[in-house]
Amino acid sequence: MISPRYHREKPQRYRLEAGKCTKCGEIHFPPRKVCRKCFAREFETVELPRRGKVVTCTTVWIPPAEFDDQKPYVNAIVELENGVRLTVMISEAPPDEVDIGTEVEIVFRRLQHGPAWEVIRYGYKARVIAG
Amino acid sequence: MRDVAVIGMGLTPFGELWDTSLRDLFAIACADCLEDAGVARDQVQSAYIGCMTSGLFVGQEHLASVLCDYAGLRGLAATRVESACASGGAAFRAAYLEVASGASDFVLAGGVEKMNDGADATYCLATAADQEYEAYNGVTFPGLYAMIAKAHMAKHGTTPQQLAAVAVKNHRNGAKNPKAQFPLEISEKTVLGAVRVAEPLGLFDCSPVTDGAACVLLAPVEFARKLGKPVVKIIGSGHATDAIALHDRKDPSTIPVVALAAQRAFKQSGLTIRDIDFAEVHDCFTIAEIVCTEELGIFEPGQGGPAAAAGKTARDGEFPVNTSGGLKSKGHPVGATGIAQICELYAQLTGNAGGRQLKNPRRGLAQNMGGSGGSCTVHILEVEQ
Repeated sequence: MISPRYHREKPQRYRLEAGKCTKCGEIHFPPRKVCRKCFAREFETVELPRRGKVVTCTTVWIPPAEFDDQKPYVNAIVELENGVRLTVMISEAPPDEVDIGTEVEIVFRRLQHGPAWEVIRYGYKARVIAG
Repeated sequence: MRDVAVIGMGLTPFGELWDTSLRDLFAIACADCLEDAGVARDQVQSAYIGCMTSGLFVGQEHLASVLCDYAGLRGLAATRVESACASGGAAFRAAYLEVASGASDFVLAGGVEKMNDGADATYCLATAADQEYEAYNGVTFPGLYAMIAKAHMAKHGTTPQQLAAVAVKNHRNGAKNPKAQFPLEISEKTVLGAVRVAEPLGLFDCSPVTDGAACVLLAPVEFARKLGKPVVKIIGSGHATDAIALHDRKDPSTIPVVALAAQRAFKQSGLTIRDIDFAEVHDCFTIAEIVCTEELGIFEPGQGGPAAAAGKTARDGEFPVNTSGGLKSKGHPVGATGIAQICELYAQLTGNAGGRQLKNPRRGLAQNMGGSGGSCTVHILEVEQ
């Protein structure tokens, strides 16, 4: 992955920065230039809440090459406390501990293991909250 | 808008075609199509060619010129059309609109994908998902449809056996299709016992990685009536897009873009799903066929699984789905799939579907979908009585 493309998404991947429409309040993650709800064009930066619940999930056994060292892993769609949804990889949990409704928190992790000459790719994963 | 007909088709065998290049695949389908239509090459005025990602699969972009040149059509006005796995359907719609508008009389709609040339197919296909916010986090295409399956199972009680019924039925149809990549009958046990790809989907819930090309030629219906062949008219064309990311859509057990595209095609034709005799549906995964048959209105939400298991979508069932073998058995060269679906409708409606021929079908529907439901085309074809 080339570094400008990586650099541009850092506020989202490192800090979960979203764009809140100053007119209608709709929250977009990642931020957008045009509000999908009211078509306005002004936003303020807000951070997403860190806790949420699994909406649906899967265990991936056959990943692309960059994720091969992590297989099998669980991917999930997580709905955060403010209703925003993210696609995440679940960190540090065996597949049978994750199901629809499982409570998770977002954590910062290294995501992909590319060739040595490329940028190391970090971002968010989700961790199961111990019940 | 004037009425438009399909007047010929060309389809390569589907499979791992190591000795045939991207350009040669297209040239074969194109030449077969013009021969079938009985139209000379200098009569063809333009072409729209669906291809998802030749740049990643074989390193070649600028397809319109290389494909037309090698097909013997140098000079033709031609455009490559991309909408992930719905590229073929989108190309067909563009060709249809050009003839319907009166701008051209003879327009080729084609599709091609060369997926077996050494590239990492899982990576290439994942570019049809949100590259920064889905694929970056490790989601694969089977993974996205697995999450749709998981949500559908939780909401409606859909079972792995019902998913398997789709694969078994499509392979039974594909076994009658000489162009199919895997023309083999399989058992439920084979599907359920297969190696896991993304839970709850195993290898036999997934369409294969395929090389292939397909072409159809479109012309005004008045011209088609002079040919002395059955006249197959395009009576509905619907197209829609939705958010690319599955997480940006409200209910992951549904694929609303399918209903939206279908609604547009039905509105144009003045018909409902009850007026349709059979369909080619985008079964990139077994769960996709189940959800799409619900979105098209063939079955109520949640009834797609039980209907498949009860044989309602079989060739002799109440609403045959994927008589060609579908993407599952016939193969899924992504850019060619939407056109190959039209080829199956054309073959069925003209009585040329061989061992899988339905009894006198009048209207068929083709539904071609991009990504996890970010785009969709629906076309309805009717044979004049």
